[in-house]
Amino acid sequence: MVASLRGSAAVVGVGLTEFTGMPGLNHMEIMAKAIERAVLDAGIDKNDIDGIFSANFVELLTPLTIAEYFGLNPTYMDGTNTGGSVFVNSLQSAAAALHLGLCNVALICYGSNSASGVFTHPPAMRTVEDVYKPRNPISPYALVAARHMHEFGTTKEQLAEVAVSARKWAQLNPAATMQDTLTIEEVVNARMIVDPLGLLDCCLVSDGGAAMILVKSDRAKDFPKPPIYMLGVSSRTDHNIISAMPDLTVTAAKEAAAAAFTMAGVTPNEIDVVEIYDAFTINTILFLEDMGFCPKGEGGNFVSNGNIAPGGSLPVNTNGGGLSCVHPGMYGMFLMIEAVQQLRGECEDRQVADAKLAACNGNGGFLASQVTAVFGTEETL
Amino acid sequence: MENSSNEITNPGPMQVYEDNLEKGEFRIQQCKDCGKHVFYPRQLCHYCGSSNLKWVAISGRGTVYSTSVVRRKPERGGDYNVALIDLEEGPRMMSRVMDVEPEEVAIGMAVSAHVGIIDETPAVVFYNKEQGDKAW
Repeated sequence: MVASLRGSAAVVGVGLTEFTGMPGLNHMEIMAKAIERAVLDAGIDKNDIDGIFSANFVELLTPLTIAEYFGLNPTYMDGTNTGGSVFVNSLQSAAAALHLGLCNVALICYGSNSASGVFTHPPAMRTVEDVYKPRNPISPYALVAARHMHEFGTTKEQLAEVAVSARKWAQLNPAATMQDTLTIEEVVNARMIVDPLGLLDCCLVSDGGAAMILVKSDRAKDFPKPPIYMLGVSSRTDHNIISAMPDLTVTAAKEAAAAAFTMAGVTPNEIDVVEIYDAFTINTILFLEDMGFCPKGEGGNFVSNGNIAPGGSLPVNTNGGGLSCVHPGMYGMFLMIEAVQQLRGECEDRQVADAKLAACNGNGGFLASQVTAVFGTEETL
Repeated sequence: MENSSNEITNPGPMQVYEDNLEKGEFRIQQCKDCGKHVFYPRQLCHYCGSSNLKWVAISGRGTVYSTSVVRRKPERGGDYNVALIDLEEGPRMMSRVMDVEPEEVAIGMAVSAHVGIIDETPAVVFYNKEQGDKAW
């Protein structure tokens, strides 16, 4: 059944804001600029939007706010919240809704002032972990990193390779927040936050907005930009709190990626560019393993010697990632937009030559939600 | 499943767990149908779906599955350990190992459970060394 979603929806517009220098704007105002740019990119009227897919960490009724703010009258809304992965999850929902005709122009969007504003979460459910005061979200990832190091001999230097590779990509992206050269030694010797993760193993805290417009593929060529097609998508979860994660070294991305690649009819070795949710350096290693780009336990070796940096064998997080480009609370939108822009060939100095297939993995909560998507150009349809 | 009760009992399992901790007792649930131990406390066994759960005492023995050190300024209380402990009966829980320097806690270390106090709240914590009859 789900195989019918392969190639059924296409991205026809994307919009990004700047990532710094937006003090005094609230999250809706930042999101609005991203939506304005996506609408312009798609060459549509904002009133054409009839499907809204959005969630964030600061309000509970997000799709209603968006409909009201933009004067929209949607026929389909989805405010599912799976954490930072949710926008990749929304890709699945939007493709299904477009396929069924529940909406015709789907908007997936996000905005946050988490760097310059006051970032308050709606109340979360109390859990049995609270009393131990884990420093969330860092502690769960630190526990995962410690276990990965124990089982596979992964080293601090290998974690640092992830941060340095991300920085090298960021230096090719004028929009990326971090532009200074970064060394393995600087990452390894950075102040510890939650051992074994130091300050430079952790992503940025940014402002930023992002928006994406999707339509059914049969009308995707009616828009000004080359359409980028959704070839595969799949969403999985296996826990919420970290003590309930079955195996700290294997994420649900293993199942999500396998299903997404099956839907797309491609294998990892055919992928030209990979965008994955690097909230912490360990994430990149875990997801490269779980998505099948290297065997389990080999992620540390795989990322070493610049293998995922510019000039390496696999371009990963080509915008600079959450570690060096942008991470405004939730990053899932930004990895999909980078994939689309790479496949459009719009990425200038950081452009991956002849990129036709891109894989994304969104991560939500404490490695809890994993959603993999595969995008392709028209010739991959 | 056939013996499951649909009756709602008051208080709920989380409150029972916390009430036991207040009395200095560490109890977890065990499914009377599939036999598995369940933690955290739930209305239903998350393995088989039965609501036939009973409260049981356990050995208190566990093994460190993973460990971390939360860095905190000395004036705010200093560094502390946050670990994941695999209980002998199967479930995994977050806790702290209290009698070892935070960075000396190691994966694979044998530990035993005690009901301690963290910031005025009763909580199950673990010790690496034998603590005599205080251990559960």
